Amino acid sequence: MIRLVLPAHLRKLAMINSELQLDVAGEITQRAVLDALEAAYPVLRGTIRDQDSGRRRPFIRFFACEEDLSHESPDATLPEAVACGREPYLVVAAMAGG
Amino acid sequence: MSGVRVLAGTRKGAFVLTADGKRDRWEVSGPFFGGWEIYHLKGSPADQNRLYASQSSGWSGQVIQRSDDGGRTWEPVGNKFSYEGTTGTHQWYDGTPHPWEFARVWHLEPSLDDPDVVYAGVEDAGLFRSADGGQSWEEMPGLRTHRSGPSWQPGAGGMCLHTIIMDPTRHDRMYAAISAAGAFRSDDAGQTWKPVNKGLQSEGIPDSDAEVGHCVHRIALHPSRPDVLFMQKHWDVMRSDNAGESWREISGNLPSDFGFPIDVHAHEPETVFVVPILSDGEHYPPEGKLRVYRSRTGGDEWEPLTKGLPQENCYVNVLRDAMAVDSLDDCGVYFGTTGGQVYASADGGDSWAPIVRDLPAVLSVEVQTLP
Repeated sequence: MIRLVLPAHLRKLAMINSELQLDVAGEITQRAVLDALEAAYPVLRGTIRDQDSGRRRPFIRFFACEEDLSHESPDATLPEAVACGREPYLVVAAMAGG
Repeated sequence: MSGVRVLAGTRKGAFVLTADGKRDRWEVSGPFFGGWEIYHLKGSPADQNRLYASQSSGWSGQVIQRSDDGGRTWEPVGNKFSYEGTTGTHQWYDGTPHPWEFARVWHLEPSLDDPDVVYAGVEDAGLFRSADGGQSWEEMPGLRTHRSGPSWQPGAGGMCLHTIIMDPTRHDRMYAAISAAGAFRSDDAGQTWKPVNKGLQSEGIPDSDAEVGHCVHRIALHPSRPDVLFMQKHWDVMRSDNAGESWREISGNLPSDFGFPIDVHAHEPETVFVVPILSDGEHYPPEGKLRVYRSRTGGDEWEPLTKGLPQENCYVNVLRDAMAVDSLDDCGVYFGTTGGQVYASADGGDSWAPIVRDLPAVLSVEVQTLP
């Protein structure tokens, strides 16, 4: 079970109140986690990654275990602490005001 | 009893304002989609309960919302806007080639007769269509791939397709306008397009009467005379009597012919409304007086409408999609400002009163006339 935290505006859009728990099959990568997230909450398609290219949107970043994973390969394996559910995977919106 | 429903899109959410036919007591609901930019929301002419809204943010891109109960509840629908085929480039501000990139939906135009059909005008300029109530979108690439496309440049707000007008009498005729490419017309339901900018003169572009490159801000028509078009250009208020084949200036005695919105009275095809703004750099009314100008002669002769509007120290703007008219017997006129006011007139512009004063900056105003 993967734990995942979304920024407030996306929690509101998806009508989620708190941290999520997702079943992710196979190797635990960023792509696999986000695929599972979008399958469970289709309204989030396109809000974190571009729907055509799969690229992370510029004002969105990914963290886990206090590490910035935003620029890691989407197919790199996530830390064991995330894979076993001890630490959450964080989707973070840039602190850009406005 | 008849009534109206005003749909206001703002920088931080959408609001639905309702009143009976007197239009003097208003109920305000919202914000819907709080915190998101709502560039536009509009109701279907074929089903008053079917509304569409464009919700977007710099962080999380585009979401489209649909309501089937007149704006009480909403559900997100499809938000995948993929240009068809190879996208190529348009000109960037400095004239260099720039790849076509989807940014947001500026304008949603529901079909005149089918609530499930809706058109979307997007930035970078392109026209999309949904035939399933917004669940899926397909580009109508004939406009973006017009031979002039590589020469189009963005206006200051981006290269947006902001105006879509369906001819109510010719099923296959439609108009679109793009900043800063100009006006286009299709006579085959959007498959192919031709620029209709003859007669426009624009300072600040290398060829002032070029086929394309004009910063058209808004076009409006009256459904009873669809070949007569009115245009607010970056500078100049214009009129065409032949479906855009040629234009003539009708700025007349306006204190400034810069502005964004333009609209036509619901029952008087020669009565037109604009809101003059001082200049392209000074996006506020001349002399700090918020004045709607009305022409009852189809242009050239304009009268200021000031009753109920602030006549000192007013420095708000009225954006291109932020004016609308209802079709009650006494035509109502509505507009929203970047200062968060939505004003209503229940007497064709003679007098005005704010419906609300303190919304976030208003991006768009539409109105539905309810039976």
